[in-house]
Amino acid sequence: MPPLVELAGITKRFPGCLANDNVSLTIAPRQIHALLGENGAGKSTLVKIISGVLHQDAGQIIWCGTEVTIRDPAHARSLGIGMVFQHFSLFEALTVAENIALGLGTARERVGLRDRIIAVSLSYGLPVDPDRVVHDLSVGERQRIEIVRCLLRNPKLLIMDEPTSVLTPQEAKTLFATLRRLASEGCSILYISHKLDEVRALCDVATIMRQGRVVAHCVPREKTTRELASLMIGRDFLPPASRQASVTGAPRLVVDHLSLAATNPFGTALREVSFSVAGGEILGIAGIAGNGQGELMDALSGEILAPAADTIQLDAIPVGKTGPHGRRRLGGCFVPEERNGHGAVAGMSLAENFFLSGQLRGVLARFGLIRRARTTDFADRVISRFDVRTSGTMAEAKSLSGGNLQKFLVGREMLLDPAVLVVSQPTWGVDASAARAIHQAILALAATGAAIVVISQDLDEIILLADRIAVIAAGRLSDPVPVAEATREQIGLLMGGVASHA
Amino acid sequence: MTALLVSVIASATPLLLAALGALLVEKVAVLNLGVEGMMLVGAIAGFAVAHETGNLPLALAAAIGAGMVMALLFAVLTLTLRANQTATGLALTIFGRGFSALVGAGYVGIAAPTLPRIAIPGLSDLPFVGPILFGHDPLVYVALAMVGAVAWFLYRTHAGLILRAIGDQHDAAHVLGYKVIRIRYLTVLFGGAMAGLAGAYMSLSYTPLWTQDMIAGRGWVALALVTFAAWRPFWLMIGAWLFGGIMYLSLYMQALGVPVPTALLSALPYLGTILVLVLISRDRRRIRLHRPAMLGRPFSAGG
Repeated sequence: MPPLVELAGITKRFPGCLANDNVSLTIAPRQIHALLGENGAGKSTLVKIISGVLHQDAGQIIWCGTEVTIRDPAHARSLGIGMVFQHFSLFEALTVAENIALGLGTARERVGLRDRIIAVSLSYGLPVDPDRVVHDLSVGERQRIEIVRCLLRNPKLLIMDEPTSVLTPQEAKTLFATLRRLASEGCSILYISHKLDEVRALCDVATIMRQGRVVAHCVPREKTTRELASLMIGRDFLPPASRQASVTGAPRLVVDHLSLAATNPFGTALREVSFSVAGGEILGIAGIAGNGQGELMDALSGEILAPAADTIQLDAIPVGKTGPHGRRRLGGCFVPEERNGHGAVAGMSLAENFFLSGQLRGVLARFGLIRRARTTDFADRVISRFDVRTSGTMAEAKSLSGGNLQKFLVGREMLLDPAVLVVSQPTWGVDASAARAIHQAILALAATGAAIVVISQDLDEIILLADRIAVIAAGRLSDPVPVAEATREQIGLLMGGVASHA
Repeated sequence: MTALLVSVIASATPLLLAALGALLVEKVAVLNLGVEGMMLVGAIAGFAVAHETGNLPLALAAAIGAGMVMALLFAVLTLTLRANQTATGLALTIFGRGFSALVGAGYVGIAAPTLPRIAIPGLSDLPFVGPILFGHDPLVYVALAMVGAVAWFLYRTHAGLILRAIGDQHDAAHVLGYKVIRIRYLTVLFGGAMAGLAGAYMSLSYTPLWTQDMIAGRGWVALALVTFAAWRPFWLMIGAWLFGGIMYLSLYMQALGVPVPTALLSALPYLGTILVLVLISRDRRRIRLHRPAMLGRPFSAGG
């Protein structure tokens, strides 16, 4: 059978980096083809070229046997290329049906749209309600809208960009079933991921990219996870040192029946959240995005004050009504989920950003003046210890890639010698080797006796790091259980909001 | 009472015209603070052409054209050259004030033909409803029709859906293949046309004379109405009427010699409108669903 699409020698250069260097790959009809690589390996750039969002500097795209120049996304769609983005390209203020209508070019395609949405969603097991406003929907539901939108155009190639990073294990399973069915019906799938187990379970062939180049084509089922990982990372991949039996000291962070009304109409209210973390212990909080993680983070960091002082205690001192500054003084350090605008001031240098959160614990100010040398020295240590790729401490925060900024922000708090560290999504968008460095640092910090809370949507990460795991769903936190005793199914059910307090 | 309602409708018309234009512009997420300037330029253009030619349709066309030229200037600066929208809008207003004063220097204190009232024999003479519903000039009806037209366009047509989509997430709209910049250009031009028309209403009907700075902040009120009406055309109309009503009452109280400082009375329409609209726009979920999320943010393809 002739290939559906063939990429030959695709090259794309951005100022200061070669994002795609002579990339070639071939996708056969009905094939589920994995595109595997770390963050920054050039996967997204390649996909944007295929879907017409970007144009290649050199190289050819051969579609169904003829060479094509993909002018823009509309052209790509008319060829039969559908794309489900990692960061959904949905309009939050519009309804599901309106969102889908926007993705269909001509008036003829929009005739009887509501019924067709319902028909497709039923037939592929992708339940969506056409009349709901997207803003009110969960991430999983949003992804289904994107898939339905693609399917309504009968695509020949469906591109999925890291689709499972936001799903529960159960949702991921359902998605795989849908994708396999699509492939069997004749639609090829380009599946972008850095999750090796998924790729091995789902994909027929894999193209592995590293630093903008294709390093291997292989059949993922014939390789071990470890082999794939070393191809992807380019050196032998060592899993992080497994967790030693933890030394459990006295509770350092105690949250006692914390209830908080939602601060905005789309927020989640926290309901009777209780947990305690001892020195040397890591508590992992799993859950699907938007179930109260942001609110919990704000409550712990002091950005939003608790109704009573003793609902939150830091080293037995009630801090519920103490602001972020006061909590930092007592040894609390926090890494919020949003890097730009929340974790860092985008337009300020790294040194200045270090000062902003570190001035108290690092003693970076004297008589109201900034101690520049000391601040720069601290920032320098973060950069070298966490391998932050940047031009130096004077680089603006916004000039760093997401992953590098994340390394800097996590490193910044770690260096401040915290008594309690609360970190949200520590390795979101960070490549595997950097993620490993961050994980090691978190484990090392716990070993020194700090109490750590890791809020993450990545279940693997929590299982890797945490001593105990709790799941947050609709603002309620399940009772923490030792990770060793928890099963994935049980956690997945909790994430989906099914039963609690087992 | 009749006099009150007639006056309310008249003083609400320029606000409504300008604000409907601004509403669409903001729905596509462009913040053009130059409404006041575009209205002034429209007002003088309409007045000058009416005076020189005596041809009112031509005068209205000139006002619309002048507003659009101003809007085009804004669009080139902010959409093509990606200048800061807030600063450019403010500059446009300052420019419009100076430019209209310069052009209008020779027109101060002279007369021009005014827009005719559409009197319908029989109906206009009906007691009470007659003067309220009939006997206004054509722009009053245009303004009311535009409320329905804008609402219908935004919420019932595919083009309106695209416009809302761009305002909500321009990158996603671009990825779907919509011409973000082109659509924004067209919308900004529409906003300019409406502001120009609103200006012409001021100088050819409401106070049919040219005086410097005759818009007197109505452009700003129009912009405020858009926000406080939470970008909904119907509420915009209510807000404009409210403003007109309080305006009339404050004039009335001045005439009666109520012992309140004149300055305070003049400020009353602005204060009252803001207060009432703040109260009705407190539903934050509704604000989120109607507020264009990308408002004021520049867009560049491929970035």
